[in-house]
Amino acid sequence: MTVASLDVAIIGGGVVGCAIAHELSRYRLRVALLERSTEVGFGTSKANSGIIHGGHHASPDTLKGRLEWDGNRRWGALCEELGFGFARVGELTVALSDDDRPALERLLRHAEEKAVPGVEEWTRADVLRAEPNLTTDVVAAVSGPTTAVINPYEACFGLIESAVHNGVELRTDCPVLGLATDGEVWTITTPDGPITARFVVNAAGVFADRIAAMAGVSDFTIRARKGEEYMLDKRLRGLVTHVIYPCPTPTSKGTLVIPTYDGTIMIGPTADEVDDPEDVTTTAEGADRVLTAARRLVPGISERDIIAQFAGVRAVLDTEDFLIGPTAAPGFLNAAGIQSPGLTAAPAIAAMIVELLRDAGLDLVPGAEPGRLDRPVRFGGLPTPQQERLAADDRAYRRVTCRCELVTEGEIRDAIERGARTLDGLKFRTRAGMGRCQGGFCTARCMEVLARELGIPLREVTKRGGGSWLVLDRDDLATGSEPG
Amino acid sequence: MIDGRPHVLHRAYDVVVAGGGPAGLGAALAARRAGAQRVLVVDREKEAGGILLQCIHSGFGLHRFGEELTGPEYAQRVLHAALDDGVDVLTDAYLLDIGPDRQVKLLSTEHGVSLLDARATVLAMGARERTRSAIRIPGDRPAGVFTAGLAQRLVNMHGVLPGRRVAILGSGDIGLVMARRLALEGVEVVGVFELLPHANGLSRNIVQCLHDFDIPLHLSTTVVGIHGRDRVDRVTVAPVDEQLRPVLARAWDVPCDTLLISVGLIPENELSRALRLRLDPVTMGPVVSSAMETSRDGVFACGNVVHIHDLVDFVSAEATLAGGHAGRFATGQHPTPDNVRLQPSTNVTYCVPHTVSTEREHTVYLRVREPLLRSALRLSTPDGRVVHERKLRYVVPAEMVTLRLRPPLLEGFHGDTLQVEVLPR
Repeated sequence: MTVASLDVAIIGGGVVGCAIAHELSRYRLRVALLERSTEVGFGTSKANSGIIHGGHHASPDTLKGRLEWDGNRRWGALCEELGFGFARVGELTVALSDDDRPALERLLRHAEEKAVPGVEEWTRADVLRAEPNLTTDVVAAVSGPTTAVINPYEACFGLIESAVHNGVELRTDCPVLGLATDGEVWTITTPDGPITARFVVNAAGVFADRIAAMAGVSDFTIRARKGEEYMLDKRLRGLVTHVIYPCPTPTSKGTLVIPTYDGTIMIGPTADEVDDPEDVTTTAEGADRVLTAARRLVPGISERDIIAQFAGVRAVLDTEDFLIGPTAAPGFLNAAGIQSPGLTAAPAIAAMIVELLRDAGLDLVPGAEPGRLDRPVRFGGLPTPQQERLAADDRAYRRVTCRCELVTEGEIRDAIERGARTLDGLKFRTRAGMGRCQGGFCTARCMEVLARELGIPLREVTKRGGGSWLVLDRDDLATGSEPG
Repeated sequence: MIDGRPHVLHRAYDVVVAGGGPAGLGAALAARRAGAQRVLVVDREKEAGGILLQCIHSGFGLHRFGEELTGPEYAQRVLHAALDDGVDVLTDAYLLDIGPDRQVKLLSTEHGVSLLDARATVLAMGARERTRSAIRIPGDRPAGVFTAGLAQRLVNMHGVLPGRRVAILGSGDIGLVMARRLALEGVEVVGVFELLPHANGLSRNIVQCLHDFDIPLHLSTTVVGIHGRDRVDRVTVAPVDEQLRPVLARAWDVPCDTLLISVGLIPENELSRALRLRLDPVTMGPVVSSAMETSRDGVFACGNVVHIHDLVDFVSAEATLAGGHAGRFATGQHPTPDNVRLQPSTNVTYCVPHTVSTEREHTVYLRVREPLLRSALRLSTPDGRVVHERKLRYVVPAEMVTLRLRPPLLEGFHGDTLQVEVLPR
């Protein structure tokens, strides 16, 4: 019989997989996280709305409803520990006619059942006083002060960075090709060779059903539900200060107006079932729907304000609930069907997985607690005396790389030191390229710094790994060779 | 290249110029010549010269210097002129902020964070390119979608190529020049697609960059989809109807690995917004007087930050004007107020400057909305009295119309509003 080289292999480096890795790093275990992309958080997580839901949206009769409030309470401390942004901005679910009132009553009831504090009904006057740019059609709203916003990709990066510091192995560009067990030990086939583990946790998002099938577990299928999001110019900062929800429908929380952690306004998402779990296209029709729906809430929003668009795919089960737990295959656990409020619930899902592993016989001996991570430098947001000190000590902070978001070369270098390998990885860590010129100015500079710090030629710099090469050299053109 | 980087940064300058392209360098020189002692140009690149440095083709300077120069040659001339005249040029530096009292906050590799006082400032930050998102092209978000200017930088400054098979959206000048540049590199340029029924770039660029290289130009056609998971593998294009709406039933796919976007420039006005300057919603640049002074005293502006020019020669002319007034302002001579507000009217999208005087001579730049084969320019009062009228040659939106206004032309008109129209004749 083989001896497993790992205690736990986590498949999937989205926010759920990263949270599980982080939670397991508290124990004396050999843990690896396997991610098919070049960096973590590049799938569903990066396209998330970034909302830590208040805790009162999902019904307490569902697993997602129970984990939502538990997760919400864990995020505040995690963000503090991992050094990424977290702002409890609160939310308003807005009724635009008396027909919407039952939905508000349902939210109030959920809050009461789950003991979510501070959730209360606001009158039209209350709402318009707090959010003067909202439509005057509003008749009432439910306010939820526990709702927060974070950057979902920063959450992934922070969780995995801390986990890696504490001994977890991160394997990127490592798709799982096959799974087999001898009853005790799982053998995971990857392009890098086989990896053996006692336990496998399936956190593969939209591919969770395919991974489960490899393990002989075929009792569920994942449907892909796409959401398109549109980012508005920073000039609109302050347009709304709460996350604004319409009254929800059975399949979706609807199109929201979101004041993101970075101060931009985001509108979306749509909710459309798609056949291809990798279909992250945006559509003209989706944009129109999002704009129409967002304007019903905040009439001042104009299509001219859109500076970026993206889409992500939610992993949805027929039950519309999470599927978390052991399977018929011993040692193979699912964390599947993690749709909204998956980001909110992620830390609670991680805690639940750890307990399930303990129940399944994993010996959990506490090890070193994960240390606090330094908050990345954000030069642009610092007061002048601090900027002066930083620039005096380190010349890299003296050069502006991204002008729209005011990101210095020092921040780009820091991000690469902390794991960024691609242009998108830099963008998500530093905001370089996220502003209104969308990388027109900084792309060449970021590529140069990536090439220099990683010791590679420009032709090997990619947008997001895989075949996403950016430039060719003249030899490539002559010989037809593939860069990247 | 001589960098002219000052080793000592003074606490106070007569004039601080934001941006070291042809606008900023020209303004700095003019400020010196107008009597300003200490003039500082701040530029974000390692070498001053602005976007001209990546424009290695020729065609610059016919008006200004009477000869055809490449972009770097033109930049070299204006840089040397400024340095020879004692202008300080601080490169690898970024102007973070201009306060209401013209206190300037700089970040530079040479000096770190610096706070300086300026008696006058000139905004010459240039423009940025409109992006895919600004025109909302749906589809995937693969690598291989570049603005034309970024591609130009990659090719001409970094010596790499954006792809093997390139489609270009928009017939702006940068896109046209890049079509030729890439064709010369052996890259296949499959076509240029233009939404409007007429080309957006200079006529000479249509001929020299497309016709001479057999690159097809598809008018009234736009890109309606970008496809490819990791890298672009094709784009979908469609003809548009008279309202510019794509006719999707007639769409077709164009296999390519790269899409260049050349759909116009937007003045770079972050500093103008921070200063709460009055902006023109059409040009998206600051509203300026005939002295190129913005709505804030002592803050002047010139070049593409004010409105998008088709020729650098005109930028230089505007820079001379702005810099001269900034230099005089710094020595205590404030510009004489204007008494005429120019109001763009029939077939005119904008006029710069926004105000003029009946007492002085001015150059007014304007753009038309629709092309006209034979046209006339008319200046009239709001109640319909024609003050001045003249014939114009063929006018197109892509080519700026230059209007010289001299006091005798406005005789009998004593100020207030003048409507500016370009009418068929």
